[in-house]
Amino acid sequence: MNPNRYTRQTILKGFGSEGQQKLADAKVLVIGAGGLGVPVLTYLNAMGVGKIGIVDNDTVSITNLHRQVLYGQGDVGQSKVVAALEKLKGQNSDTELVVYHTFLEVKNALEIIQAYDIVVDASDNFPTRYLVNDACVMLQKPFVYGALHGYEGQVSVFNHAGGPTYRCLFPRMPKENEVPNCNEHGVLGIIPGIIGNLQALETIKVITGIGEVLSGKLLIFDGLQQSFRKIKFKLQPKSLQIQKLQDYYEWNDPCEIIPTVEADAIQKLLAEEAQIVDVRTDEEYENYHLPNSIHIPLNDLVANEGSIDFSRPVYLLCQSGKRSEMALRQLREKHPESSLFSILGGLNQYLAACS
Amino acid sequence: MEILLFGIAKDIVGQSEIRISSDDAALHSVQELKDFMVRKFPEFGKLSSFAVAVNSEYAQDDVPLNRNDEIAIIPPVSGG
Repeated sequence: MNPNRYTRQTILKGFGSEGQQKLADAKVLVIGAGGLGVPVLTYLNAMGVGKIGIVDNDTVSITNLHRQVLYGQGDVGQSKVVAALEKLKGQNSDTELVVYHTFLEVKNALEIIQAYDIVVDASDNFPTRYLVNDACVMLQKPFVYGALHGYEGQVSVFNHAGGPTYRCLFPRMPKENEVPNCNEHGVLGIIPGIIGNLQALETIKVITGIGEVLSGKLLIFDGLQQSFRKIKFKLQPKSLQIQKLQDYYEWNDPCEIIPTVEADAIQKLLAEEAQIVDVRTDEEYENYHLPNSIHIPLNDLVANEGSIDFSRPVYLLCQSGKRSEMALRQLREKHPESSLFSILGGLNQYLAACS
Repeated sequence: MEILLFGIAKDIVGQSEIRISSDDAALHSVQELKDFMVRKFPEFGKLSSFAVAVNSEYAQDDVPLNRNDEIAIIPPVSGG
């Protein structure tokens, strides 16, 4: 390692070579290599964190590139952890990078997390966030939280030095459909960049002990107002009483069977003039849609299901395959005899395969 | 009483803050505020958990409210 590499931060008062050594000795796990994970990984890697683990099982999609700036056009269709690993190695060959080509799940969470000092929750869904919280509480690991909604974001450090946890703020996981995610709601590309960088800063503070860690405080950023607001909150002792992980965190029983078809089958479905129902929003549909598909946004699905012919197979389509699954559940309740399929990976998968 | 709205709460109401005068409603506790929001904006009823802060401090349902308090409604957000 070139001794000059980190001089611009080791000359900082309060940081010094001691701070640098603490970074070099640190083991940080980043869960999610998407909008938040990319800035977190980029800066922790650049600044000299010794060991970084990356957990993700997604592939790079063309719709990721506006905010996930580590990836380029040539990475579309490629595994995120593989693409990230290559870029991060080129950025800093001294870092020990470990990739976990999987989503964080009940069966692997404790084993993966226990090998690290600090966890960064850069995931994009509630089930993973609650799983991260519970596993970190059980293993007594601090975790740096960041999350987005449209032009806004939230940051906090949970379970740090006896401080409060995610469940002290939001005790129960919201129900499915209660709060939309980025796929449905949209996100301005720069916002995860800002929130992820704030997470990286908090991570560095937790490791080195500089400054005041954002523990017991929720930072809310509003990009449109360019405003930061901090809300104080306290530990609720019952949030620490987690003896074991839940059996599952997904909204629905993972053993439930959702009939699916692969996105590769779309060409064939189009040729057969199969009944494809696109459940994305009006804007998404106007931007791009398959020929001859029936369009009913998920929110209006049950009210407008009259335009679906339930005597024929119904192929439900959305951008990533999540909303089509929800649509399938909703329709199945009313039409248990019908033949319903969700298209796996949705248009993202289809377009990635076509390109 | 000034109520700041974040996340999905802002989307439901359609603006980032609202003002409630004592003529509109007399709200004595966080629980009464939550009930008021559900009455006025029925879509709030769908939110099973959102945090409320009074004067920048997280507040449980039984926390009393005063006329000049600044309230923030903070639903959980999940995006990444």
